[in-house]
Amino acid sequence: MEENKDTESQVLVKERELVTPGDVLATGLDFLPSSGCYRENNKIKAKLLGLAKIKNRFIGIIPLSGVYVPRPGDGIVGFVKDMQSTSWIIDINSPYDALLVLGEAVGEFVDITKRDISVYYDIGDVIYAKVLNVTKSKHVQLTMNDHRAKKLSDGRIIKITPSKVPRLIGKQGSMIELIKNETKCQIIVGQNGIVWIRGEKEGLATRAVKMIEQESHVSGLTDNITELLQKGE
Amino acid sequence: MGKVGKPEKLIENNKRLDGRGLEDMREMSIEVGVIKKALGSGTFRFGETYALSAVYGPKPFHPRFLQDPQKLVLKCKYTMAPFSTTERIRPGYSRRSIEISKVTRLSLNNVVFTEDYPRTGVDVLIEIMQADASTRCAGINAASIALADAGVPMKDLIASCSVGVIDGTIILDVGGIEDNYGEVDLAIATVADQDKFVLLQLDGILTKEQFMEMLELGKKGCAKVYEMQKNALREKYQTGDLDDTE
Amino acid sequence: MTLSNYIKKLVEEGSRIEKRRFDEFREVKVEKGVIKTAEGSARVRIGNTHVIAGVKISVGQPFPDTPDEGILIVGAELNPIASADFESGPPSEDAIELARVVDRGIRESKAIELEKLCIEAGEKVWMINIDIDILDHDGNLIDAGGLAAIAALLDAKIPKYEDEKIVKGEFIGNLPVVDMPIPVTITKISNKLLLDTNVEEEDAMDARITISSNKDNNLCAMQKGGDGHFTTEELEKAVDLAIEKGKELRALLT
Repeated sequence: MEENKDTESQVLVKERELVTPGDVLATGLDFLPSSGCYRENNKIKAKLLGLAKIKNRFIGIIPLSGVYVPRPGDGIVGFVKDMQSTSWIIDINSPYDALLVLGEAVGEFVDITKRDISVYYDIGDVIYAKVLNVTKSKHVQLTMNDHRAKKLSDGRIIKITPSKVPRLIGKQGSMIELIKNETKCQIIVGQNGIVWIRGEKEGLATRAVKMIEQESHVSGLTDNITELLQKGE
Repeated sequence: MGKVGKPEKLIENNKRLDGRGLEDMREMSIEVGVIKKALGSGTFRFGETYALSAVYGPKPFHPRFLQDPQKLVLKCKYTMAPFSTTERIRPGYSRRSIEISKVTRLSLNNVVFTEDYPRTGVDVLIEIMQADASTRCAGINAASIALADAGVPMKDLIASCSVGVIDGTIILDVGGIEDNYGEVDLAIATVADQDKFVLLQLDGILTKEQFMEMLELGKKGCAKVYEMQKNALREKYQTGDLDDTE
Repeated sequence: MTLSNYIKKLVEEGSRIEKRRFDEFREVKVEKGVIKTAEGSARVRIGNTHVIAGVKISVGQPFPDTPDEGILIVGAELNPIASADFESGPPSEDAIELARVVDRGIRESKAIELEKLCIEAGEKVWMINIDIDILDHDGNLIDAGGLAAIAALLDAKIPKYEDEKIVKGEFIGNLPVVDMPIPVTITKISNKLLLDTNVEEEDAMDARITISSNKDNNLCAMQKGGDGHFTTEELEKAVDLAIEKGKELRALLT
C-alpha cells in the first residue's frame, strides 16, 4: 500500500478514525504501539476493529467489541463463585476469574479455625472491588481495600459489552450522572461491563443503559437518552 | 461411461457457463454481526455459496489440563447444513468436514495474537448454509470477519478463494458445475493481500507452470476478497461521528 | 533453550540434528507382500518411522453416479503403539488428513483404472480398501504412508470371483495400477525448506506442504499444513524438490 519512504515517521490516521485489523496507523520508528496495536518492522498496525487513539508517541485502539481483560486499578462488579479456606474466587465477566484473599477483604484478624469466611462474603454475593494486580499469565487479584469497595445488595444487575463502558460513563461522568439523576438510582458501572442499579426507576435506568450499548457509535446519542429519560417510565 | 451429465463445454468464447469471464469472481457479499448471541459473527457469499460463522471467546479453555498457560487455543468446527447441497447430507461431522476444520484452524492461527489471552480458548464455528463449490474458502472468509467482529486481536484478516482448470483453461473462483467437471481445483488463503499462503489444497493433474500461474491468479482473487472484508467491517460502524467520551 | 528452538537455530546455521542435508532423506526401505491375509501389502521404513499398508479387496455396490467403476477407500490409523501422543479411539484429525491426502494423490492421478474393476454394471464392483497403519512415529508419516499405499497397490492381486463368491487363495491378475503418485512433504523451519523431517524437527516447524507427483512428473495433489505460511518463491522451490525426490522414491518401487 505505502510505496513512499517508510523510514519517514508519520501518522496515517486521524484521532478516532475507524480501523480494521492490519491497517497501518503510522510509519517510522518514532511511534510506539499501545493497547490494540503492534509493530511490524517500522509500521504500527492495528490488531483490532476499533477507533484509533493517538497520545503523543503512543498509537492505540479503542476496541468496539471484545471481552474484558482486567487491568490493575480497574473497579469491577463481580460475583462470588467459589471459596476456599482463606480466599474467594470471583466471576468478573472475563475469561479470567479473580482471586480475593482474606487479607485483602477483611481488615481485622480472622481466626479461620473458629470462623468460616462465608460470614464475610458468601457464594452468590455481588461485590464492587478493585483489581490489585494481574500477572503475565493473567492471574488476577482483587482487593476490597478501597473506599468504593463494598458488597452490593438488592437492586439489579445488567451486563454490557465492556468496550462500551467509557461511553456509558461519559465525558467526566456526564452520561451516567444524567441517568442517575433522572431515575433517582444509585448506579455502579464496573470496568468489566457489569452495571448495578438500585433505586426508584430501575427499569428506566436499565433501558437507558441498554440504549447506550446499542447506539454507542451513533451520533446524537446524548439527546436520545435525554429524551428517553424525560418520557419517564 | 464416466460421469453422468457432463456438459459438452465448460467454456465457450472465453465465457463460462454462468457468463463469467475467466478471471471474474462471482458476486460477493458480507454481513457483519448477524448472530447477536455470539461475541462476533459474519457471513460470506460467493454467488450461491453462503457461509455463516460465529465466534465465542476468548473464554476459559476446557478441559483445563489441555489449557496453554501462555496462549489462546483456537478451536474450529466446520459443518454443512443438511439442506445445503442438492442431495441432503447427514448433519454433523464427516471426515471431509474434520479435515476442513483442521486446515481452517491452521490458517486462522497464523494471524491471531494467541499470546494476548493465555489460558483461554476461542471457538470458531462455521456452517455452510448453501453450497455451490468453494465452500471452505467462503467459510474462512466468514470466520475472519467473525473474529474481527468479536474483538479477537489479529495481525490482519485472512482472505480465501479458489482457482480451477476447466477445459484446459485456468479460471478464478470455481463454481459448482465447474467443480464437478473441471480438471484441477485449488483452494488458497492468504494473509490480507500479501504473498503469504496460509491455506493451500490442490487436486488434479497439472504442470508446475500451470500451478505457478494459478497461484498468481489466486492472489488477485484473495486481494479482491480482502478489500470486501475491510469495507464490510468499516461499514458496520460507519454511522455518524461519535461524541467525545473522555 | 528448548529442543525446538535449538533445532531452529541449527537450521538457521545450515545444519540438522541428524547431520543430514536439507534435501536428504533417511534410509528408505520398501518391502512388498508382508501380510499374507491381505490381497496386497507393503512395509515402508524411513529412518525409524515404520508403516504398513494393507489392501483388502471385496465385492460391493458401486456409487450411483459411477455405476461401472470400482471403489477406492483409503483409511489411516495413528496407532497408539507408534507414539505416546497417539490415543486410541475414532480417527483423529491428523489420521483423517493423512488418509485423505494419500487418497487424493492416488485418485487424482488415476493410478488405479477403476473402470476395469466392474463385475456387473450398476450391481457389483470391486472395492479396494487401503489401510495405512502407522506403527512407529519418527516423523514424515504422510510420505511413508503414501509410499506404502502405492507399494501395497502394486503388490495387490484381484481375487477370482465365481458363482457370486470370492474363491479364496485364487487370483486372476494384478490390480490395474498404471501410475505411482508419490507424496513428498517439504517442511519449513527458520525460513528454510527441509525434506523428511523427524518427529523433533516437526515440532519446530513453521509450516509444511505435501506435494504428490505422478510418473510424468506432473503434480496431482497438494496439501499445506502447519500454521505458518509459504511465499510463492518457497512454493516454487517446494514443487521442484517434490518432483525430484518423487522420481527417486518411485524408483524404489520398481
